[in-house]
Amino acid sequence: MIKTVCSRGKIVAKTGNEVMAEAMRQIEPDVVAAYPITPATEIVQIFSQFVADGIIKSEFVAVESEHSAMSTTIAASAAGARAMTATSSQGLSLMWEMLYIASGLRLPVVMAEVNRALSAPINIHGDQSDTMGARDSGWIQIYSENSQEAYDNMIQSIRIAEKAKLPAFVTTDGFIISHCMEVVEVYPDVDVKAFIGEYKPDRYLLDVKNPYTLGSIDLQDYYFEHRYQLAKAMTDAKDIILDVADDFKETFGREYGLYEKYMIDDAEIAIVVIGSVAGTSKVVVKELRKRGIKAGLLKIRVYRPFPSYQIAKDLKRIKAVAILDKADSCSGAFGPIYSDVAASLCSIGMVSSCPKIVNYVYGLGGREINTDHIFSIYEKLKKIVLGVENFSNKIEYINVRIK
Amino acid sequence: MKKKEVKGFNVHDNEKKLSVSELPVGDIVEAGTAVDFYTGSWRLQRPVWNKEKCINCLICWISCPDSCIKILPDKQKTSIVAGIDYDHCKGCGICAKECPSKIKAITMEHEKK
Repeated sequence: MIKTVCSRGKIVAKTGNEVMAEAMRQIEPDVVAAYPITPATEIVQIFSQFVADGIIKSEFVAVESEHSAMSTTIAASAAGARAMTATSSQGLSLMWEMLYIASGLRLPVVMAEVNRALSAPINIHGDQSDTMGARDSGWIQIYSENSQEAYDNMIQSIRIAEKAKLPAFVTTDGFIISHCMEVVEVYPDVDVKAFIGEYKPDRYLLDVKNPYTLGSIDLQDYYFEHRYQLAKAMTDAKDIILDVADDFKETFGREYGLYEKYMIDDAEIAIVVIGSVAGTSKVVVKELRKRGIKAGLLKIRVYRPFPSYQIAKDLKRIKAVAILDKADSCSGAFGPIYSDVAASLCSIGMVSSCPKIVNYVYGLGGREINTDHIFSIYEKLKKIVLGVENFSNKIEYINVRIK
Repeated sequence: MKKKEVKGFNVHDNEKKLSVSELPVGDIVEAGTAVDFYTGSWRLQRPVWNKEKCINCLICWISCPDSCIKILPDKQKTSIVAGIDYDHCKGCGICAKECPSKIKAITMEHEKK
């Protein structure tokens, strides 16, 4: 998959964290405020080194907590600066109330987020409980399959956030992407800077000639209108993301959408995944295709805004679909991605002829998921299509010792 | 716009509520809207200014959190105190407290109902 597509790009070996820091160096935001947390520490550690070495002119604010990190970036963004941060897991949890303020005030803060399990029990490894929990916070959420995507997504997210006037974060799976070295194509600084352009906010607080009040109280008479604005901005962001992706393809050669279809157009059975497990799953899909089984895969790249209608249209004629969640919503029913996909299928009137859909939860706390596990999911889907096995209407947990 | 007093709040009779498309993007309010919101009725104590005692040091003016000390330019083109804006003064008493103790040009008095 990795090939030189930007004639001036450089092929390097970098971990997910290194490449996210590299993207931040090229973006050179005005302000970065961050607090270290495993496995995202390296991103800001490397970035702060760039600042200390005088390579970039960004203002680096070493704050005392993630709550302050988010508050500082919000303030910087409101003042008119391009502001970024990075965090993970408990750090994201500590940012919680400020996440909603960034989106409510419509400030395009961009964050590198490394997915990690939430305590308790304490665990530093990768699962998506942290960002799935933030799914209603009004942040654009872009997930990455590998380091290259993390790098590309970071560059695109700046433009997406600033155009949509919404905060955005780009995620990588903790340790699997953040700490594994991969071949990555890094584009020249000048091209990246030209692509993202200069940040020119319509209104900003340091514009003393045009003063305004930001963040005043909204009661029964105005809160709803502002929340509607936010909801609509999220819907409109889908087109913005696609426009930026088009421009990105033209500039750097790599193609991105709201989600990726992998051998899905003629598939009979398919799985829906998000994040690094897509790579493992593609190996399985290829192998199954060799055996003549019509397997497919749909990888969600943009989880918020959720490409509901489009995904439903692509999945509706598939006979059986497994939806893989690397987070458990503890709802007593289903995982977050399942809920969104199932609702999307219902919303286009597919209730009667809906594909048979099953929900799997995997990889909590970094538990391994390998090709054998993915094979077994497709095996199960095959049996469901053949009618030799009933499909479960409950979450199935992969690779956990239940008995 | 016509203003109507309703139990401690002054609301515009005919205030038009803006719709989603009319509102600025994000939680933005144009500057200066506090002028239209009369907070004077919240007051329990009122500051009373004695013009004779006042030395126009403007400490009250710089201390007032609600910009309720009215000032005017005088003949020497400096500013002098002109009075108190009772439409917006909440009666916090900071002006009376900050007024130099030898001068005491502002005293707090209970609001008479």
